[in-house]
Amino acid sequence: MSDLSFKPISLAADVEERSRPSLSYWQDAWIRLRANKRAFASLFVIIGMLVFACAGPLVWHIDPDAQDLDQTSKPPWGDRNALVQSYEPWAGVTSAEPQGNNLSPESLEVVGDATTTFVRLVWDPVPNSNGYRIYRQIVEPRVGDPLGLPIGDTKGATSVSFEDRLDIKPKSYWYSVVAVNEQGEEFPEAATLKVDVAFSTTIANAVERGYIEDENSVAIGDTIKVPLHPLGTDYLGRDMLSRLMEGARISLFIGIVAPFLFVIAGVIYGSFAGFIGGNFDHVLMRFADFVIALPFLLFMILFKLLFGIGPGESGILPMLVALVVLSWPGAARLVRGEILQIREEGYVEASRLLGTKTPRLILRHMIPNTMGVVLVTFTFAVPSAIFTEAFLSFIGMGVTAPTASWGSMCNDGIKTMETTPHELIFPALFISITVLAFNFLGDGLRDALDARMRYGE
Amino acid sequence: MADAIQGTTAPVNVSSAWQLTKYGLIGLLFFILLLAALGWITSNSAASTRSSQAVDFATNTVTLALSTEPPQLDSTRATDMVSGMLLGHTMEGLLRYGPNNELIPGMAESWDIHENGGTFHLRQDALWSNGSPVTAHDFVFAWKTALDPDTGSQYAFILFPIKNARGISEGEMDPETLGTKAIDDFTLEVELEQPTAYFLKLLAFPTYYPINESFYLSTDGGYGSEAENLIYNGPFKIVKWVHDASLRLEKNEVYWNRDATKLDAIDYAYILSDANATLNLFATNKIALAGLNSENLERALKNRWRIKQHNDGSVFFLEINHRPDRITANYNLRRALQLVHNPSELVYKVLKLPGNLPGESIFPVWLNGVDGLFRDEYPGPKYIVNEEKAREHLAMALEELGVDELPPLVLLAGDNPVSNKQSEYYQRLWKEKLGIEVKIDKQIFKLRLEKMTTGEFDIVAAGWGPDYHDVMTFGDLFASWNLNNRGRYANEEVDRHVAIAQSSSDPVERMEAMDRVQQLLHDDVAILIQYERGSVYVSDDRVKGVTRRAVGLDPDYTRAYIARDSEG
Amino acid sequence: MIRYVLWRLLQGVITVWFIATVTFFVMHNLPGDPLADDKAVSEKIRENLEAKLGLDKPVVQQYFIYMRNMVGGDFGLSFVHENRRVNEIIRDHFPVSAILGILAIVIAGFGGILWGALTALYRNRWPDIAIILLVILGISVPSFVFATVGQLALVTINNLAGFEVLPVAGWGTVAHMLIPALVLGLGTMAFLTRLMRTSMLEIVSSDFVRTAKAKGVPMAQIFSRHQLRNAVLPVVTVLGPSIAGITTGGFVVENVFGIPGLGRYFVLAVQQNDYGVIMGTTVFYGAFLVLMVILVDILYAVIDPRVRLE
Repeated sequence: MSDLSFKPISLAADVEERSRPSLSYWQDAWIRLRANKRAFASLFVIIGMLVFACAGPLVWHIDPDAQDLDQTSKPPWGDRNALVQSYEPWAGVTSAEPQGNNLSPESLEVVGDATTTFVRLVWDPVPNSNGYRIYRQIVEPRVGDPLGLPIGDTKGATSVSFEDRLDIKPKSYWYSVVAVNEQGEEFPEAATLKVDVAFSTTIANAVERGYIEDENSVAIGDTIKVPLHPLGTDYLGRDMLSRLMEGARISLFIGIVAPFLFVIAGVIYGSFAGFIGGNFDHVLMRFADFVIALPFLLFMILFKLLFGIGPGESGILPMLVALVVLSWPGAARLVRGEILQIREEGYVEASRLLGTKTPRLILRHMIPNTMGVVLVTFTFAVPSAIFTEAFLSFIGMGVTAPTASWGSMCNDGIKTMETTPHELIFPALFISITVLAFNFLGDGLRDALDARMRYGE
Repeated sequence: MADAIQGTTAPVNVSSAWQLTKYGLIGLLFFILLLAALGWITSNSAASTRSSQAVDFATNTVTLALSTEPPQLDSTRATDMVSGMLLGHTMEGLLRYGPNNELIPGMAESWDIHENGGTFHLRQDALWSNGSPVTAHDFVFAWKTALDPDTGSQYAFILFPIKNARGISEGEMDPETLGTKAIDDFTLEVELEQPTAYFLKLLAFPTYYPINESFYLSTDGGYGSEAENLIYNGPFKIVKWVHDASLRLEKNEVYWNRDATKLDAIDYAYILSDANATLNLFATNKIALAGLNSENLERALKNRWRIKQHNDGSVFFLEINHRPDRITANYNLRRALQLVHNPSELVYKVLKLPGNLPGESIFPVWLNGVDGLFRDEYPGPKYIVNEEKAREHLAMALEELGVDELPPLVLLAGDNPVSNKQSEYYQRLWKEKLGIEVKIDKQIFKLRLEKMTTGEFDIVAAGWGPDYHDVMTFGDLFASWNLNNRGRYANEEVDRHVAIAQSSSDPVERMEAMDRVQQLLHDDVAILIQYERGSVYVSDDRVKGVTRRAVGLDPDYTRAYIARDSEG
Repeated sequence: MIRYVLWRLLQGVITVWFIATVTFFVMHNLPGDPLADDKAVSEKIRENLEAKLGLDKPVVQQYFIYMRNMVGGDFGLSFVHENRRVNEIIRDHFPVSAILGILAIVIAGFGGILWGALTALYRNRWPDIAIILLVILGISVPSFVFATVGQLALVTINNLAGFEVLPVAGWGTVAHMLIPALVLGLGTMAFLTRLMRTSMLEIVSSDFVRTAKAKGVPMAQIFSRHQLRNAVLPVVTVLGPSIAGITTGGFVVENVFGIPGLGRYFVLAVQQNDYGVIMGTTVFYGAFLVLMVILVDILYAVIDPRVRLE
């Protein structure tokens, strides 16, 4: 085909009159996006998440770092009525030398109230014993079953009391006491007692957390209301809702900004490589291979050093840089692949012959057609950036304690998945919803930007 | 409009779906073939797990899991707990610990010990697993190797009570001057630098194990790296070691006390660091022992497994930086921190694991004193929380430092969940009670160690496990000359008492000196003791005779046996 | 063709050399003492250790020594696993990672193409929505959760069945591989599903499909010859790096399932400043990656006749 065969048509050539005003590409795209209900709703979900992160703390005032060790790992909407206790060290009970021939510690009973502050047990001594071992179980031990968790030992036959303070939750426990001999072997018979524990807080703790005005406003045995934790608390008794709000700021920042930047970098790089092709393409792609192979963690440490991040300071900025600098090749490879394909398409050839300039050709014809894969890449980069942040924070290279992030909350939550699932489910849910929204929005955007789906086609 | 798009772009019809199914089936076929091929390759390679049960009656084998792969099993360089545990099963020093933590004869049949040394009479029927006899030369060779600066043994210091050992390790003395020699094949003489009351207890430690010289040389620098590069003089021998996958011990048939070994094999069929995964193996009857943590305790309880508990011997503490350029060098500041320090809150509400004991003294409760337990005889100081007094001391500290507000303290911490919980707890505690800002400097292993050595911290969470069964294993930790004293705490009086306890042979004098040390460390707020670590675990009822210890071989299966019928 | 492959291999060698050089210098300039350990050691012992590992020489000299050894195929000694050569570590553990990785990528590849094609066929109808929701779940829940949940499910299944359906952990038979490979491949499978769906939809509205339709080519033939074949291209593009990513990224899965792969060494080496293993694994994986990329590029040319191997 020689150059003479064709020549550009004059721009002033007559075009058919249209009955409606001509829409620009972007206007058209916006109309189509709005028509896609799912995508449009997703847009609002994302905006909602951002509002939750930024404006949430204005409404929900609980300090995300405040720990209440009296109510750790509390389930959502947990009991708010707390019995007021005070903790004074307990000297325990010593009995007289045991008489008789009983083998199990009889008349096992609770001293005072059984509350989450402490449970105090006393029992009758067992002759010929050299101490006692105390067990605690959360299900009723059947005959022949192990007695549960060994929570302590006492020394000597006459020390017949035990104070349990170990992470007591407001539920039923079965306490068992068994005598042990000189060799530490257990006697065959044990005494077991079911204890219903009430939720309590100490006066000192209540004053410190501001649940009550001062020490004199309540007496021991009164019931007070502790603040509501609608999503429960974590392992240090911190409010999950306010931590999720705080975490949203970190996770949304790193989860949106980093993928956005490196996907754009990848698109530019990839389209250049693909469009120009030849040896230039080769060099560029080999450089991309090189970047993929670099060990991420090593460079993360390097960037942290270069940014002069001191001990205990947030490493979120170097993390962003490391993510952007090392993650773009994936997107670049994809875009290049697409461009190579599109370059051969008929309409590109046509456009080129019509005299379209290279930048416009790339911007108008090629990049919009790669939008599909680019948006998928972006959507998938969101959760992976969120989890990278969590991993790096865990090894001390990201945000520092006590700042929360969704990813690190997931990391903490997984360990107690079976017992207190809310610590995992809520952060995971927020991540999922965000990713889902980006996914639908991405789909909608792809359709909207797809030139082949324009009106009037 | 949406419909329009669908109409043109969703060509669902039966033929497309059928086409897809066809591809799917071809894919499945290919997948099955691939599986078969990969399976064939793997089962022919060394790294395959044998699918055995936790307890196997027929072969008299117990199956267990290791938490990490031992870096290597050269006794002169072993430092970690897993290596120590494996070496304890496969090697034997002059002495070893018996079932009740008493010293019993090992390679040495008898010994005469005096103030400045001793003579050890080796048993003549002791053999290496390759059939050659264990001689006094093997001990001399091992000790010299450990002290050779080229070996780079981190535990060389444990040999320092032997005459000239320190000088040799520092490269200043000729190895031939080491105060130990083989009089004949079965008589070993040891000369001490100074009287050391606890020397016998050291002899059970892995660095004191013998090494066969000619075998060592024959491995060409690879000693201890593979099962083939080791020979054994202990109750078991390693028959197979697949790196990072499994390690199998079998009864050593030439061990002198072979009749005491009841198991035919211990199969460490898994190397797993994940605690939940280990528990899953236990739940499916694949291994006979699994550790628990505060998070998976409830699962064990609900399943009604038999839970046991033992004190693992180590003490955890917050080390405070005493270097003069640090604000923590200020006594009143340290005292303020001490007055809000509440170990029982940490243990009961934060760590949440039974077995951990709230810390009081650097000397844990199980150490022996003069007649009974050290802490029964010398209870030591107690932490008493007093916020008001703490604030007074803080005010004094601010005045002395000449500042209105304290700069943030740097708390150096490790990257594990337990360390996370603790440091977040302390950060909040000090902020709430004293208004002190704390920055948590969380670092990966090597970076943390480097910062500990160079002193780039105000407070660091650290721990110490015992090497031998004597107060001295903790006692010299905060002597000014100890390199493990990372906070560079220096107190002449402490040094003096440590020296007394090291060289005195009078138990009362030694224990009193140690009592002074615990008191001084408390009064001067050298460190803040957090807790004594306990561990909780589930174990198979059918395996009996397993010894758990605070010091030395733990868990000890050398005398374990399988009970035919499980009796509750 | 052969000339092209040789040319690419030469480029690959240069790429690997770059990777090695950059990693070497970055590694040596980072804080963290490779010789530090729990117990402090004296100066003398330190000096001797440094001499043994060659750390006493200037970094540039160390670099040339390392490069010379590397060309000879020797990656040196591990610092942490004393007495073991990095070559041995790679030899022992890479095959395990590779087998697991191959299986994972095959699962991910087939699954992704199949599900992706399905979602595109049933676009905006329930199979599409259901699969997309699963995909979202697949990527927004981290792999360690899947590993943990997967293992827990195995425990329950085994205990209910009363015999071992599939082993909970360990390595050695096909049964040991299935669940770990599935967990490992899940993320990539989700990604490929979405990618496949997108590119399928793009192809459906492309000129040549329309032309084929207009020509009256049977739907099934359009589907398999044109749509599927063209839509697979982007999937193939990401496959190369994915293979390397999956093989190196097996850390979590290897940890939970007790699989003796190289992934653990790769991650732990950086944390422990084990220079020998960092260099060895990085260079080895770099080479592996480059090789995979070349392979994929060749595969590309086979699938897409428009792409010529220049």
